[in-house]
Amino acid sequence: MTEISSQIKEKLTQASAFSGIVFAEINNFPVIEVPEEKLLEIAKILRDEFNFDQLRDVVGVDRFTKNDRFECIYNLYSTITLERLFVKVKLDSKKPEVDSMYPVWQSADWAEREAYDMYGINFLNHPDLRRMYMMEEYEYYPLRKDYPLMGLPGAVQLPKK
Amino acid sequence: MSTDGLIQEAKEGINTNGHTIDHAHAVEINQEKILRALESDDVRAHFDDALENQLVLNMGPQHPATHGVLQLIVSLDGETVVSTVPVLGYLHRGYEKLAENMTFHEFIPHTDRLDYLAPLANNVTYILAVEKLLKIEATPRAQYIRTICCEIARIASHCVWLGTMAMDVGALTVFLWSFREREKILDILDILTGVRFTTTYTRVGGLALDMSDECIARLKVFLDQFIGKLEECRNLIERNKIFVDRCEGVGYISPEDAISIGLTGPNLRAAGIERDLRIDDPYLVYKELDFDIPTFTESDVLARYYVRIKEFYESVKILRQCLQKLPKGPINTPDAKQVLPDKGEVYTKMEELINDFMIINFGNEPEKGAEAYQAVESPKGELGFYIISDGKGYPFRLKIRSPSFTNLGALPIMMKGCMISDIVAIIGSVDPVMGEADK
Repeated sequence: MTEISSQIKEKLTQASAFSGIVFAEINNFPVIEVPEEKLLEIAKILRDEFNFDQLRDVVGVDRFTKNDRFECIYNLYSTITLERLFVKVKLDSKKPEVDSMYPVWQSADWAEREAYDMYGINFLNHPDLRRMYMMEEYEYYPLRKDYPLMGLPGAVQLPKK
Repeated sequence: MSTDGLIQEAKEGINTNGHTIDHAHAVEINQEKILRALESDDVRAHFDDALENQLVLNMGPQHPATHGVLQLIVSLDGETVVSTVPVLGYLHRGYEKLAENMTFHEFIPHTDRLDYLAPLANNVTYILAVEKLLKIEATPRAQYIRTICCEIARIASHCVWLGTMAMDVGALTVFLWSFREREKILDILDILTGVRFTTTYTRVGGLALDMSDECIARLKVFLDQFIGKLEECRNLIERNKIFVDRCEGVGYISPEDAISIGLTGPNLRAAGIERDLRIDDPYLVYKELDFDIPTFTESDVLARYYVRIKEFYESVKILRQCLQKLPKGPINTPDAKQVLPDKGEVYTKMEELINDFMIINFGNEPEKGAEAYQAVESPKGELGFYIISDGKGYPFRLKIRSPSFTNLGALPIMMKGCMISDIVAIIGSVDPVMGEADK
């Protein structure tokens, strides 16, 4: 671990909510892996006590494994301490569901809509969970690994002449 | 098996979460949802003397002032905007899906088409992320040329923004003059990269071409005259009452909201928050350069205008320093397994031919399970690439964190309670590029 991430790790582990949470690193950025049910609580602590005031992105991932198929990676940034932290959450394969981060960071609104659109991850208590890019009547989630690259002919209903 | 069979199989295999769609009413349901979003308290302005009739106006996606295919559904009370719902997706090309099916090199041309006003900045960002994944570093000369690329891209992108934004509020001459300046930059890009617009300039571990002396000379000539030309443009609008009146105090967003909604780049700095990745998390050679971060506190359209205008001066400063410090040496890292060899050597030497074949056909292979994130201060804000690899030549997952996307999310807050004619000024000040927002 580099100096910066071990400093953040040291800081975070002082809070009791972070006991039993796995710390890792992806090239110089610290990563924590949080169980799904503790996510909202930890997000609030990260914002209020550790100054992570911006949620810059939500990355949905389809690992295409039998268990814990889906994953959400939250890209947090602090405009005060200039630190970046990634928070990973593993989600259920059959029914990927996780609490919406909208009450904590407003930017979660659109970022989560995008993850919902592309992976079908259901964000609970999201104020306006519509599709971001695809049309509302589209039945599939195009970035899932089992969705073919060429698309599905007939998936979009065209207006009849 | 016939195609129909394959499609049927794919349809059955795809888990839709029991999400069934009523095709006949899907459009109506979508409209209802958007109307409900318009009613939501978070984005709504409140008035004491509201007129009785409320109007829902559909602006775009084919409106010239929306800078591309942005659709805004605006709820109006007379001429005052009550709430706004932006609708994205008209330029969605599925680049994240495409990226999963091509090698790292093959995706570089696609990055040109993200933020098509600053293709060089996208090339550099993407390649920095890939190099982080592969754990290689470019040579000093390549790093300097990449920094020059980033700053040229910033000037070119801001030139378009200056012209279109001034045109949105009614000053057409600035548009012609700033595009004339951009044309000179495109000519320099022609010498530097071989093409004017879709550059595809970077390669893993280096660059496609070296920077020639002619290019450096042309760039110096450009820099010497650019500030004078910029001042001419500024003189046209900055003391113009119409321009100032239409920009001042319009499109306010509080610093708290700006942080919470995830604004980055000039829009965040116009809200008084001095954050720039070039200083906060220095990449390339920005550590060795001396420049300032222009910051304004008014957080309205005029403040965003001044932040970008000041950035012109800083970019020129950076470019001058880069040209002065530009070291001599190779542009490609000597790593035969990862970096494409010179074309002349490919045709004449066996070893290089083999390496070229392997890289082109199987791609660069990172470690299994490697992940990398690289963010860069692009002209619009934080542009980032999050790449996950499974050890193959293709990325397992590539996520584009585009600044325009998050910046557009702030439109409902900025437009709350403004006049309908202010909408175009606010969109212009946010400087969205739909190619990037829609991916």
